[in-house]
Amino acid sequence: MTVKSDIRAEANRLRAAFEARGAETFEPQILQPAGALLNLYGEEIRARAFVTQDPLRGEMMLRPDFTVPLVQAHIDATRAETRYTYAGEIFRRQEDDDTRPTEYMQVGFEIIGHAPGPDAEISADAEVFATIAEALAGLPVTGTIGDFNVLTTAILGLDTPRRRKDALLRHLWRPTRFKALLDRFSRPAPPVPAPADLHIPHVGLRSPIEIETRLALLAEEAETPPLKSVEVDRLMALMAIRSTAPAAVDDIKDIAGGDEDIVDAARGVEARLDALAEKNIDPAALRFEASYGLTALEYYTGFVFGFSAAGVPTVATGGRYDLLTATLSGGRSIPAVGGVIRPDAALALKAAS
Amino acid sequence: MTIKLGIPSKGRLMADTFDWFGARGVTITRTGTDREYAGRVDGVDGVELVLLSAGEIPRELAAGRIHLGVTGSDVVQEKIARWETKIAPLAPLGFGHADLILAVPKTWTDVRDLADLDAVADAFRRTHGFRLRIATKYHRLVRAHLKAAGVASYQLVDSQGATEGTVANLTAEAIADITSTGATLDANHLKVIGDVMHKSQATLFQSLTAELSNKDKGFLSDLRVKLAI
Repeated sequence: MTVKSDIRAEANRLRAAFEARGAETFEPQILQPAGALLNLYGEEIRARAFVTQDPLRGEMMLRPDFTVPLVQAHIDATRAETRYTYAGEIFRRQEDDDTRPTEYMQVGFEIIGHAPGPDAEISADAEVFATIAEALAGLPVTGTIGDFNVLTTAILGLDTPRRRKDALLRHLWRPTRFKALLDRFSRPAPPVPAPADLHIPHVGLRSPIEIETRLALLAEEAETPPLKSVEVDRLMALMAIRSTAPAAVDDIKDIAGGDEDIVDAARGVEARLDALAEKNIDPAALRFEASYGLTALEYYTGFVFGFSAAGVPTVATGGRYDLLTATLSGGRSIPAVGGVIRPDAALALKAAS
Repeated sequence: MTIKLGIPSKGRLMADTFDWFGARGVTITRTGTDREYAGRVDGVDGVELVLLSAGEIPRELAAGRIHLGVTGSDVVQEKIARWETKIAPLAPLGFGHADLILAVPKTWTDVRDLADLDAVADAFRRTHGFRLRIATKYHRLVRAHLKAAGVASYQLVDSQGATEGTVANLTAEAIADITSTGATLDANHLKVIGDVMHKSQATLFQSLTAELSNKDKGFLSDLRVKLAI
């Protein structure tokens, strides 16, 4: 078992390497106000983070990650494009598996507020990936990438009303629920329930108008034709892609058939592979999984990646999180991408090899 | 040493538990005054009575401070993470039945199942600017149930009693609580949606963490023979 001081030394070494790549150090408090995190993740975060009570400040959380406080600090300071690094403990509550640690170190490298547009995104995505890859050089890890843009493009391209697409997009992170929604939208909608009898007293904050509005929506649903099975099959085929990266690009294009939007999404993956190749990362050595990162905390929205090896926890993960910055800034567009390394896993790999 | 048997210290649950043991030839009696929490177990050897609040029995079982205990299966599952590794059910006692359910106002005819609730929770958040509130004291069970069903955009608010009233009091939009007849739900203009989250009843549990000497094992085995469990 690696001792904590060794892990801390490794974390500091990694952070120094990121500083040398132009990142400034961020050091947030361990105790964070719970409000922003609860608002972002909802009730599910309570099962995954330690919540505690401060008599004056109210509900506080032991930070479950660095990204949320970092983005808040970036927004509060109204900074322009900045590279950040940090190293420290994060805390995760484990309700079901007592072999998983409740606290471990993370070292991060993040680019927040870079220029908008596809070229700047591709360049920032490649820079973060390459910087993390460089920090792990020499370790027997396999890099895997994914791109949510492929799936979201396929969902937005479905021949169905926007509200159904929104429902699917909202549950992309919950595979079981997502599949249930797809099934529901693939069958004729059930009959519309009648409004309640007038003699039943209405209770609660949700108003009769809200109920009426939704009943009208259900009536519209009942008239909406089911999803075309060819489109559902295509979406499922895209979600199932797991291959070497260059082969996956061909797979996406094949599955796309003539759909130009999906072909464009494939080109986006290709452009990232090209940008990585320019940084001396061999695309043929990377895996591509279209559903990669879908079960993580739900803030990645585009390019995602991870580095893993047998016998240790995932050594590094990262991705683009433009939706998170938009949510925390009240709707502003602040392009951002970042990744974290677990120094304990990196050290364990070093010791094993 | 003796086997410590934890039993709820008051009310219907205590009386029914005494009757259940009594019917099987194990007589439990309170000793001293009505207010003194002491008692005696007759009909078997080596069993000592510990009177406790029903809500504390799961914790005492998990910590191994009592060997056996009677409480609702709902409180065990709610209070003890990975309870099955620390506590084993020995026998359902056939009383104290209650179902943990989720309920919404009867006028919500647009909500027929949890998928509807999820859609409504999403719309509610956009309309009101905060997450739909579900009042409950069963935080873990409810969260696990809603997670499995893929319901998002809700929040749990703690309610330790009179939970059915929270909707009319505008402190919650829905509730999750135990019910046996449904009369209280009905009186508060609420209806059940989705499946029963947990079917609870009073259960005799054994601690898997409490130490047992060989002599204790003998006592326990005699008790189980006597109780036919």
